[in-house]
Amino acid sequence: MPHTDAAAVALARHGDSEAFKALVERHSRAVYRLAHRMTGNPQDAEDVVQETFLKAYRQLGRFESRANFGTWLHRIAVNCSIDVIRGRKHQETAHDAADLDMLDGDADDRVDPSPERLMLSTEVQEQVTRAMDGLTHMERAAFVLRHFEGQSIDEISRGLGLKANAAKHSIFRAVRKMRLALEPFVESER
Amino acid sequence: MSMSTTLHLTDDDLVLLYYGEMARADEARTESHLDACHACRENYARLQRVMAFVDSAPAVDAPDGFERVAWARLEPELGSARRGWIRSALSPAYLALAAAVLVLVGGAFMAGRLLPKTPVNTGAGAKTTDTVRERILLVDLGEHLDRSQMVLVELVSAGADTGTVDISSERARAEQLVAANRLYRQTAVSTGDAAMASMLDDLERVLVDIAASPSTMSQDDLDSVRRRIESKELLFKVRVVSSQVRDRQKAELASRSANSTVGS
Repeated sequence: MPHTDAAAVALARHGDSEAFKALVERHSRAVYRLAHRMTGNPQDAEDVVQETFLKAYRQLGRFESRANFGTWLHRIAVNCSIDVIRGRKHQETAHDAADLDMLDGDADDRVDPSPERLMLSTEVQEQVTRAMDGLTHMERAAFVLRHFEGQSIDEISRGLGLKANAAKHSIFRAVRKMRLALEPFVESER
Repeated sequence: MSMSTTLHLTDDDLVLLYYGEMARADEARTESHLDACHACRENYARLQRVMAFVDSAPAVDAPDGFERVAWARLEPELGSARRGWIRSALSPAYLALAAAVLVLVGGAFMAGRLLPKTPVNTGAGAKTTDTVRERILLVDLGEHLDRSQMVLVELVSAGADTGTVDISSERARAEQLVAANRLYRQTAVSTGDAAMASMLDDLERVLVDIAASPSTMSQDDLDSVRRRIESKELLFKVRVVSSQVRDRQKAELASRSANSTVGS
């Protein structure tokens, strides 16, 4: 197995499938984590992993050997996740508006802050996962890109095919929902 | 921004502040409001605590053995991806680049064997452009071979007084040479120059090996690389080809100066 990504890429470019396998073994887990965060769905995350590596394989010739393979792959994975989310965009437009109207009213139904319920799911990961599951696909994508990926609102609007104002409001709604879901727990832990 | 000096900051203002998305002037006003307003400061602190909590949550991990599953799904698809790759290699942009290199390799190594000795139906302008391009590319290839030769010579003559040899410099240079070598090799293959393609293929394999090596090598590993270089007579072949390129360059120069004398 090649010691470095650069060596594996160089061999994979010549059709060495074992070298490409080494890259898949090294990076597929990280791509899955990103994809799951973006899509919120294990099946979609697996599809994003598959598509990401296929695109990377097709584009190996364009990869500059001085660049970091992990960073390059990460960018491809973000774009593949966005493709999945954009594919659902029209499906949830109505849901977005209705969801926002209901936000204040049904927050307690989605995440019950009572100590009894919280004792059942005290793991931080579970809390955050549940809160993010309360976001629409677009809100989730915009939030992940802004919060975890550090993309600006302009970049997010271009990536997701939204107007800048719409991207901004997706982030606002996502943060409001995250706060509604998590703040009772966070504050009760202080 | 919806804030004024008397109104409280909205949650959305705080989100923009948190992510550094506020205009600079608004940001200064917001911060000064936060300094003065206890309620907004508390609200911002609550936002920051929630975001810190989100940060502390690890992302959902893939199930055990995911890497094997991912590979099992991918492997059958790679054949068709490779065919797609070949199709993209036949795109006009790639072909234009390959054509430029073709002139170089054809001019330098085939000496008219694959390219026509006499330009057919070419105007004086086109002929001049091709000649200039060939000269530039000849220099480029000559330098590539010289740099490759230097890396090989340094490795062959390196000694391991302390049991290990630092090859980080050679490794970094080999990494840079691999991509260019690949293009030259592909062009040699496409022009049907098997000997040239074979030499560049041997060179590329050694360069990839060096690029993939750790920055320090044991004497045994170094001996293994050295044997590989020597078994293929690689250094000798690179020297011969490099010398041919130089001769070709000299011939080009002589031809140019003869033409300019005649023309003057």
